[in-house]
Amino acid sequence: MTPGTQTMFLDVQDLSVTFSTRRGIVNAVRGVTFSLAKGETLGIVGESGSGKSVSSYAVMRILERSGRIAGGQITFDGIDLSSLTNREMRELRGREISMVFQNPRAALNPIRKVGHQIEDVLRRHARATRSTAKAQAIDALKAVRIEDPEKRYNAYPFELSGGMCQRVVIAIALACDPRLLIADEPTTGLDVTTQKVVMELLADLTKSRGMSSILITHDLGLAAEYCDRIVVMKDGQVVEAGDPKALFADPQDPYTRRLIRSTPRPGAQIGDLVEPPVPSPTRPVLGAPLLEVRSLRKVFGHGAEQSVAVDDISFDIREGETLGLVGESGCGKSTTSSMIMRLLDPTSGEILMDGRTMTDVPAAKFARDPRRGSLQMVFQDATDSINPRFTARQAISDPIRRLTDEKPAGRVEELAAQVGLPEALLDRFPHQLSGGQKARVGIARALASRPRLLILDEPTAALDVSIQAIVLNLLAELRADLGVSYLFVSHDLHVVRLLCDRVIVMRKGRVVEEGATESIMRAPTDPYTRSLLDATPIPPAALEPQGIGPERHSQATV
Amino acid sequence: MGPRTKLVLHRTLQAIPALVGVVVVSFILTRMLPGDPAAYFAGPAATEASIAEIRDAMGLNDPLPIQFLNYVRDLLGGDLGNSLSTGQPVVEELARRLPASLELTLTALILSCVIALPLGVAAAVHQGRWIDHACRSLVTAGVSLPTFFTGIVLVYVFYYLLGWAPSPLGRLDFVYLSPPEVTGFYVIDALLIGDVETAMGAVRQLILPASTLALFTLAPLARMARAAMLQALSSDYIRTARAAGLGEGQVVFGYAFQNAMLPVITTLGMVFSFMLGANVLVEKVFSWPGIGSYAVEALVVSDYAAVQGFVLAMAILFVLLNLTIDIIYTLVDPRTREG
Repeated sequence: MTPGTQTMFLDVQDLSVTFSTRRGIVNAVRGVTFSLAKGETLGIVGESGSGKSVSSYAVMRILERSGRIAGGQITFDGIDLSSLTNREMRELRGREISMVFQNPRAALNPIRKVGHQIEDVLRRHARATRSTAKAQAIDALKAVRIEDPEKRYNAYPFELSGGMCQRVVIAIALACDPRLLIADEPTTGLDVTTQKVVMELLADLTKSRGMSSILITHDLGLAAEYCDRIVVMKDGQVVEAGDPKALFADPQDPYTRRLIRSTPRPGAQIGDLVEPPVPSPTRPVLGAPLLEVRSLRKVFGHGAEQSVAVDDISFDIREGETLGLVGESGCGKSTTSSMIMRLLDPTSGEILMDGRTMTDVPAAKFARDPRRGSLQMVFQDATDSINPRFTARQAISDPIRRLTDEKPAGRVEELAAQVGLPEALLDRFPHQLSGGQKARVGIARALASRPRLLILDEPTAALDVSIQAIVLNLLAELRADLGVSYLFVSHDLHVVRLLCDRVIVMRKGRVVEEGATESIMRAPTDPYTRSLLDATPIPPAALEPQGIGPERHSQATV
Repeated sequence: MGPRTKLVLHRTLQAIPALVGVVVVSFILTRMLPGDPAAYFAGPAATEASIAEIRDAMGLNDPLPIQFLNYVRDLLGGDLGNSLSTGQPVVEELARRLPASLELTLTALILSCVIALPLGVAAAVHQGRWIDHACRSLVTAGVSLPTFFTGIVLVYVFYYLLGWAPSPLGRLDFVYLSPPEVTGFYVIDALLIGDVETAMGAVRQLILPASTLALFTLAPLARMARAAMLQALSSDYIRTARAAGLGEGQVVFGYAFQNAMLPVITTLGMVFSFMLGANVLVEKVFSWPGIGSYAVEALVVSDYAAVQGFVLAMAILFVLLNLTIDIIYTLVDPRTREG
């Protein structure tokens, strides 16, 4: 290790973590070494299964029951953490080392007021007494810039938004002024603008309190933006470490190179994402308008509790065209895609296909409509959207039998070949398939009825970047081969830019901006679109040094 | 009026349609019972004519809607008719026997909660250790042994072989006088007048039947407590609590147990209703003068005023029980208070 090891604030040497599972011992972390100086922010990046979270749980000694620190040494501020008793370790947690988690809503006790949850920590570490706890909890809420903290003190987690919940989790973590904060994917699942706010808040607070921090993330852009040093992990091992600029500009390890390559970024073409790069598939020639949406409106609820989910939106999709539908949670993009999919009836407005209205058939009866097969959907969660008791073959043949006159035999194999799913895997159940393979099954199933429009609802959001790159290429190839149109629903502007011809930006049920993808990305006219673009971290682009820079709209910050 | 009071009131109002349904169903059900009450009432020496006369006098020849209206009218006046076999008003008999059943059931329920919940929690906290295996064995035994069998075994061992328990004949040994009725629960009533000896006598009588019932209900409760605790302990908010350094006691009891209580409360409601059913057998074995044994006797002789009264009492009890569970749930879980 480096000679400065002695003075390091946190020093992890040769850490190994094993899990005992039904199939035997699994080595989740194998000989990991990293260290962190006082006041420094260390980024640990890697894909799922890289052991990045497990390493930090090992530092905190909060591994789940089946996990065990099998070897190595963890020194925090000169203390050997593995020599501490459980009681001593509990004293340390929350007071010296704190943690912020992914999925903030689940990270809070659902039936306890958030104020009380902050008080629990304060009182546990004797930072507050019964009489001062409430005031201090409110102060902690103020510190994370929650508006109206006195009122929020009495709120339950389910009454708060995701971003608000994450602030409460941060308030809990920082309540006792710890010296080290570990943030485990703190913004995954949050909207980009919320992500920006939460990350800025974390950066501000750690800096102003002189804290050290570890940011665990799969997002290279986020790591590049907020970390002083980066550790890249793969399969439980550190493959590379160093200064983010230098590391991303000149990655030494092939895995780091591949990771950087597969991350969607400005300037890259879809074919650049895969290793080795392939020429990007051609875009289909645009034909006549396929789908026309006219003044679509959806209102939920009645009377005073009425809420307008979709407010008078209109757009077209032409044959072979890919339209991106972008917006943050609650903007109405899912409601819109459900209405186009004819799962929901609009309150008013019309949806036409080939110039003929589809909204004359109520959603409840649309399943038997002959046009049903020409609309299909690919879902975000490839795992949850496949019947766990169906094999891949059954999942793909189901729509063939229900929506077409074709025979599944032969057609299933043809579809599998189209999406690059080896035939040998067709008789496996979803739990026997990898994430990427399940995504392929989901796409093959959607293509089974020979649809003319595919609604892709964040189809790659749950996938690792390297698999996302492959799936995106697959989607581009299928579009070129079949001439099918896509409605691509996403919150990731980099992905949208790669795939879409045109983009619609939605906010609060309305379309705020619409236009060709490139022009919107380069020169957004609406302030909301600009704020979305600003909030999106720019991933490093090691192999195309000219790709970075002109895309940034920081000069137009709102 | 606070939002909680409003919600409780709302839930209470929702119970009313259920009660109306209960009245209708109890009426129809007893009219469908086989056997002719008039023939029974007239006695073995009756002629066709006298049976017809009695049937007429009992209003059994009226059209069903009229019979129903009469029934509702009587019901509102607190009149459930007279039992055919004993001649006593059904309301009085139920009022005397219901407390006996409730005393037994509630004692058993408390007993089973006191054992099952800590056991389930301990099994979850020490998953895979000896306490977990002990929990599993007890649970398996509890579900696989029918109540009348456990009852008889307990009587055989503790009364016949060991002589520790008093004779299994009712609520109180004949050497004691039953205490003046306040709540109808002998133990409480005896304590109210300061008669500790009678209270102890009543407790001694209660132990075996209550244990029998408790053993039966232990299984679902312990199992649910264990499963709910395991789920709560593996959830994200427990990880947050641990990462914040909260003590193991607060994590397990403050955070996990409170959340695990939600499914346990639901199970508790179901278990209580099972118990009211299982009561019938236990009351028979221990000659317990509850409503279960009353109903069985009434059924055997087609005493349909009594059966009707029993069905009605039980159904109302169920509705009230569900209402209570619902309200407790609402008070514990803030998420159910929405809407």
